[in-house]
Amino acid sequence: MKFDNIIIGGGLSGLTCGIKLAEQGRKCAIVSSGQSAIHFFSGSFDLLGQVNGEEVSHPIEAIKNLADTHPYQRVGIENIGRLAEEAPQLLNRAGLKFCGKADQNHFVLTPMGVMKPSWLTLDDFTCFDQKHSFPWKKVLILNFSGFLDFHTLFVKDGLKKFEVDSQIKNIAMKAFEAIRKNPSEMRSTNIAKVFDKGDVLDEFVKKANLLSEGFEVIILPSVFGLFNKKVVDELKAKVNKPVVLVPAIPPSVPGIRSQMLLSRRFQELGGTFFMGDNVEEGYFENNRLMDIRTNNHGDIKLEADAFILASGSFYSKGIVATHDKLYEPIFGLDIDGDTDRSQWLDEKFFKDQPYMHFGVKADSNFRALMKGQAIENLYVAGSVLGGANALKEGSGAGISLLTSLHVVEQILK
Amino acid sequence: MKKEIFEPFNISDNNFEQCVKCTICTVYCPVLEVNPDYPGPKQSGPDGERLRLKDPGFYDEALKLCLNCKRCEVACPHGVKIGDIIQMARIKHSKKKPKFRDMILANTDIVGSMASTFAPLVNPMVALKPVRRIMDGVLKIDHHRIFPKYAGMRFETWYRRYAAKKQMDFKKHVSYFHGCYVNYNFPQQGKDLIKIMNAAGYGVHLLEKEKCCGVALISNGLIKQATKQARHNVEAFKKSIIDKKMPVISTSSTCIFTIRDEYPHLLGVENNEIRDESELATRFLFRLVDSGKLKLVFKKNYKKRIAYHTPCHMEKLGWSIYSTSLLRMIPGVDFVSLESRCCGIAGTYGFKKENYETSQGVGKPLFDQIDSSDVDFVATDCETCKWQIEMSTSRSVQHPISILAEALDVEATMKLWQNESAEISL
Repeated sequence: MKFDNIIIGGGLSGLTCGIKLAEQGRKCAIVSSGQSAIHFFSGSFDLLGQVNGEEVSHPIEAIKNLADTHPYQRVGIENIGRLAEEAPQLLNRAGLKFCGKADQNHFVLTPMGVMKPSWLTLDDFTCFDQKHSFPWKKVLILNFSGFLDFHTLFVKDGLKKFEVDSQIKNIAMKAFEAIRKNPSEMRSTNIAKVFDKGDVLDEFVKKANLLSEGFEVIILPSVFGLFNKKVVDELKAKVNKPVVLVPAIPPSVPGIRSQMLLSRRFQELGGTFFMGDNVEEGYFENNRLMDIRTNNHGDIKLEADAFILASGSFYSKGIVATHDKLYEPIFGLDIDGDTDRSQWLDEKFFKDQPYMHFGVKADSNFRALMKGQAIENLYVAGSVLGGANALKEGSGAGISLLTSLHVVEQILK
Repeated sequence: MKKEIFEPFNISDNNFEQCVKCTICTVYCPVLEVNPDYPGPKQSGPDGERLRLKDPGFYDEALKLCLNCKRCEVACPHGVKIGDIIQMARIKHSKKKPKFRDMILANTDIVGSMASTFAPLVNPMVALKPVRRIMDGVLKIDHHRIFPKYAGMRFETWYRRYAAKKQMDFKKHVSYFHGCYVNYNFPQQGKDLIKIMNAAGYGVHLLEKEKCCGVALISNGLIKQATKQARHNVEAFKKSIIDKKMPVISTSSTCIFTIRDEYPHLLGVENNEIRDESELATRFLFRLVDSGKLKLVFKKNYKKRIAYHTPCHMEKLGWSIYSTSLLRMIPGVDFVSLESRCCGIAGTYGFKKENYETSQGVGKPLFDQIDSSDVDFVATDCETCKWQIEMSTSRSVQHPISILAEALDVEATMKLWQNESAEISL
């Protein structure tokens, strides 16, 4: 089966590559072993939140202080600003709307009740411009009875630091009795599905309006609009106080909606999504990847002119560590990581862990290396690249988006 | 380098140790959405398995509500065979004995052979409202369900009488696993397959003696019988694939999925030697076309707007691309892709009175898509999806092979390879 480009990995990075290539008229396929980490999406994409332990206000400026081996530096300071403008536009064409800018971080309220710097925040959520204050003083934190994935006390405790007076209340509704019967399934997605079906929102709004008398704002878990974003807009329009949504424990409702919109966009552009399939082997000739064999398609190999490896880091098994070795499990590509196991970890848990920087080795054009040689048509994008501690820096989504856009530019050259 | 599919520290074949409790599977379970009595794939699968390993007493009969659609497995990013874990738990621990009704539904071949013998009597009988009421009351087969009509002449009989002899005229050969539906209910689909394969230059043969794949036996808990039939079929496949060098193709996605994956995973019946050469006809044809070995010529006057529905087991196999690619090759086809969702029937599941509501609830989003799609008809590779969609929407359903058979210019297609082989022999 022949494509122009094949992308291995169906997460944020793979979908970004796929959409951009398909927008340029390329016949693309994405092979993904399952659903991606977009299902845990907090609602905010970070570009850069912290460098050397210092919080960042101006990410584009601060990128200059990163190590030369950092993916942003390798994309090039001269490219980063442009690509950071392009990323939200691409997402926007898929139906995702954001607030936020690349040259100045804004803040979002986390489920821990603190303000975290971010780059792009989905319009379900509220962007704040101050870190140490909250615009309202009398706050109602509202939860659904029986919903255990929203920890109201954390939010309340966090808000205390902003000298905010908050109160927690629960709403019980008949429509949720069915899902409450099963304690393991009183989840954000199942609540959202009830709202998606229609007539429950009005009853909820009525109760919320009643309970919110005397408060300035309502904080709610983000359990609205799984298939239909309209529910969120309607909620905000009908509740007569401002509504601040806060992410709940995954699965993330706006995350799944984002995933669906992105993969729908890719497929509407003519892309083929092979979900639940694994790449088992690649066939190389003269430093080129000719085709790949997957579990589902067997002897019918998938061919392409160029391939992108966007298979993620350890969690997604883009790279794997065992007791004695570190490897890239699909092709056996070179790994940028220590061969001495004792150097993988820092004993102090909260230190910058060395293994977090591990990834697949790539040349200056982001082509993967195998036994020291660049594979001419196999590019690497997203967190499988390594070179950054995305968790510490708050840079994971930015790296996924920008390296993907950059790699696609290399292919389109 | 070959990808390591099983982790070195697993104790199980179903990867349950790899579950990181991410909950993604629960998002894609079609049953959970409509029936809160079902504990969901994570709880029923890897979570419950940990408990059951300690004490089988933790087995929950609610696991029978699983449709076995495997959509949880397709969604799982860590390769946990959630559906298999649930089905294995049912096989190992369920105390419920199959009812008389379940045996009737599960024995598609025995019932089929009796019913097709008396087809002129049986068809109008089971279509009668009072009869359906009685079946509903006594057997707990929901009265909304309309049984597929039984054919007067079985496909096998037709084949032996009218088709068998001609198949020797070809140089290349395949065997056809027709399945119960083609044999007892809808021989036309088998005839269509023969028409296309002949046009492509292949003679089509029956297996020495095929038995029902057993999918309904497995889901109704008749494991011993299913295993026996599985062993029988694997032997029959071996005779074709290994002895006669004839690959086996089928038109039923569920039959082929069962034979390839459920035999080893659920019944412990090894199929290594035959698995790679047991596949769907659309995949077989796609491979020929894709590798340039076959050119299909289509009639100029075939014009249809067709929506394709991906059956759950096609989703799991990842093979709908073969059927849809073939359909898209027909110049006059205006192709509409439906969002892949379970139709809710799940073989015999939806026939049971206690599952009727769940079944229709699961299918509703798909029915709505179809009813608003403005197509001439729906195409799909699964016979029970066909019954469900035809009963629940305003559209009829055709198999991709039957669509190809109607759209194909047989003579012109044959001429292409006949000329080529004539050139080669010159």
